Amino acid sequence: MTNEFWTFIFGRLTWQAIPYYEPILIGTFAVVAIVGLAIVFLVTKNKLWGYLWHEWFTSVDHKRIGIMYMILGLVMLVRGFTDALMMRLQQAMAFNGSEGYLNAHHYDQLFSVHGVIMIFFVAMPLITGFMNYIIPLQIGARDVSFPFLNNFSFWMTAGGAVLVMMSLFVGEFAQTGWLAFPPLSGIDASPASGVDYYIWALQIAGVGTTLSGVNLIATILKMRAPGMTMMKMPIFTWTSLCTNILIVATFPILTAVLALLALDRYVGSNFFTNDFGGNPMMYVNLIWIWGHPEVYILILPAFGIFSEVASTFSSKRLFGYTSMVYATVVITILSYLVWLHHFFTMGSGASVNSFFAITTMIISIPTGAKIFNWLFTMYKGRIRFELPMMWLIAFMFTFTIGGMTGVLLAVPPADFVLHNSLFLVAHFHNVIIGGVLFGIFAGINYWWPKAFGYKLNQFWGKISFWCWVVGFWVAFGPLYVLGLMGVTRRLRTFDDPSLQIWFIIAGCGALIIAAGVGSMIMQFYVSITSKDKEWDTTGDPWDGRTLEWATSSPPPQYNFAFTPIIYDNDAWADMKKRNAMRPTEGYRDIHMPHNTWAGIVLAGLSVALGFALIWYMWWLAVLSFVGIIVVAILHTFNYDRDYYIPVEAVLAHEGEHTRLLSAGK
Amino acid sequence: MSQTLHAAPDAQLDFYDLVEHEHVAHDSTRIGFWLYLMSDCLIFASLFAIYGVLGANFAAGPSPVDLFNLPLVAVSTAALLFSSITYGFAMLDMEEGKKGTMLAWLGLTGILGAVFLGLTLYEFSHLIHEGAVPQRSAFLSAFFVLVGTHALHVTFGIIWLIVLMVQVGMKGLIPANQIRVQCLSMFWHFLDVIWIGVFTVVYLMGMLR
Repeated sequence: MTNEFWTFIFGRLTWQAIPYYEPILIGTFAVVAIVGLAIVFLVTKNKLWGYLWHEWFTSVDHKRIGIMYMILGLVMLVRGFTDALMMRLQQAMAFNGSEGYLNAHHYDQLFSVHGVIMIFFVAMPLITGFMNYIIPLQIGARDVSFPFLNNFSFWMTAGGAVLVMMSLFVGEFAQTGWLAFPPLSGIDASPASGVDYYIWALQIAGVGTTLSGVNLIATILKMRAPGMTMMKMPIFTWTSLCTNILIVATFPILTAVLALLALDRYVGSNFFTNDFGGNPMMYVNLIWIWGHPEVYILILPAFGIFSEVASTFSSKRLFGYTSMVYATVVITILSYLVWLHHFFTMGSGASVNSFFAITTMIISIPTGAKIFNWLFTMYKGRIRFELPMMWLIAFMFTFTIGGMTGVLLAVPPADFVLHNSLFLVAHFHNVIIGGVLFGIFAGINYWWPKAFGYKLNQFWGKISFWCWVVGFWVAFGPLYVLGLMGVTRRLRTFDDPSLQIWFIIAGCGALIIAAGVGSMIMQFYVSITSKDKEWDTTGDPWDGRTLEWATSSPPPQYNFAFTPIIYDNDAWADMKKRNAMRPTEGYRDIHMPHNTWAGIVLAGLSVALGFALIWYMWWLAVLSFVGIIVVAILHTFNYDRDYYIPVEAVLAHEGEHTRLLSAGK
Repeated sequence: MSQTLHAAPDAQLDFYDLVEHEHVAHDSTRIGFWLYLMSDCLIFASLFAIYGVLGANFAAGPSPVDLFNLPLVAVSTAALLFSSITYGFAMLDMEEGKKGTMLAWLGLTGILGAVFLGLTLYEFSHLIHEGAVPQRSAFLSAFFVLVGTHALHVTFGIIWLIVLMVQVGMKGLIPANQIRVQCLSMFWHFLDVIWIGVFTVVYLMGMLR
């Protein structure tokens, strides 16, 4: 009786699900718990809960939401990178009969969760954070099209991250690799909670990502300042538009395929099973139809950031703006036509493989055009080697090599040899770290003064830069070598002792990157706590060229007191050249959206729903699902969505900005 | 917004929009909702692809000819198609500001939707009773999920419709409500279009196979 009762309440969640027998996890849990409690204590002691709730958690301001995305991404970067360090250490140790220090159960979770976290909860939030913060400013808008949806999207992404983190201490994560191919991810081979954590974390985060894509497309299409035609949009806005189109055009496929995998696991349907007519390769096809565009979703905004950085720090207009736009659009289209190159070895035959090989190779043409555009932008420019520019140069060097190994992998006969090898692992880290992550770091250094009003510390920034770039090559160079020697990915132990030296070198590289991560944290810490900051009083610390530099740093909640009118791309450079006078009177009340609690509550209920489904707590699943519907309906009964910022507040902010501007002259 | 502005390099230009503009409410809502519908359309596209690949994998179980009852599906299809027409009448009445008749048309739309939903559920229960369960074969898994996802959408459409009727009743045909009625209209017609695909691909072509 009581046993049945507890099974009803907790489903299949038992004390066995808590990994108290794994000392590494217990240690981690202790650290997380202590840090978490310390944060809660400090927030409570300083009475910050009200501030956080009213100013951040319920905020619909695209700038606040953008910063929250960035914080989420950076925190998860530390988690994902820790997993990477652990894998490097394991592979460097596990030779000559040694089992290393990680058992297979733990190690298989590590490489799965590392991939999932780095793509979904590091790269995506950081990219989305930039898009949120920058797009409305660059197009001269006051917020995004759907401010509530924006807040909701963020909390859904955060909710997915919460589930992934929970899997560390309650149950386990998938041991299937980051895409969870069936039949391995089916209920027979993976009966425990791991794959279910994977499915529901990605489904919840995926809702947020899709809606944020819809939101940003609508924003870019409908809210541009007068005069800003499509071909006058800043390049970052252009690449973001293409990225969001890709998001809306691919994430539903991920949603569908994960839902079907869930049905196979929960209901016993036969989509991807080996018997009763199921077809596991269908899963592989569908998930890569999402998965390949996904890497372009990540890289396109990074290209945009680099374009802004190249033209700003070369003090001239971007070379070949039109070709840059067309290259971006061509990449967007082609990214949809290459998915099969992820499984040339599946056996589709020579014709199909040739088609996908050729489309894959063609993508290198628009990408190459972009590299030349950046080079020619720098040519005869007045280059300033600030941190963003350094990241750009490191990117061009690193990414080009990663791109070339990619073209190599696009050749099916070569791919048959290199498929699933460490060469592949080195290739995609080469383009994702060298492209996406370097772009994000360039962007952080470039836009930090806009978001916070002062520049980041240069000294620690440079140390971090050199550690990352050198560390990257020391860590992944050996993996190229090992891959060419035929070492496959995801191995826990090795037999051939001659390979060990390469893994030790790679491990040293990972340690150098660790120093880079540490220096970056130092850079933030020193910059935030420094007494004599490099304040930006003008709103335009880099002599920028696009509209985000036309307002104060940090921008007021309404971004622009008066909407700018655009005559040229590089609108702000044009305004400066023609001595556009900033109006200092005639302010009015400004119409803005209200904060709302609905986003965080809906996301919280979604996390409860996900947790209930993972552990078969059906009563909680029903309760939280009904809760979601009821809250969503209640939210629609709130018609009071907006208010006016009084003219006095506008006047106060703008007056202060005017004073600072004239003091700077 | 999108007119191109040209000016001589030395001309005196207005760089800031100093004039008060009427705030255009819900300006992005239609395009935003349409974009969402396209993303939803891709979920159905994936399910159609699955059905296309797995739809003939009967695993020695029943096939469409053994299972489907075309007259029943014809009735449910007619109910759904008529519900689109009645929604169209509701939209016309909304344009003319006739709140009462509009609500009546919306109510009829909901009833027709419920008839469709009831017939789908009846079909499902009949199939399950006969042992043609989703677990039986990949064909049946794909069938139940494709038709079931559509039915789930209709269910949410009906819930939305009821909520919206209450809101129109409470607040009248204010702009905020009008845009919601327009969005639900897009959603409702979208489900019709999907159903035409389901009816053709699953039922008609299934019976011909």
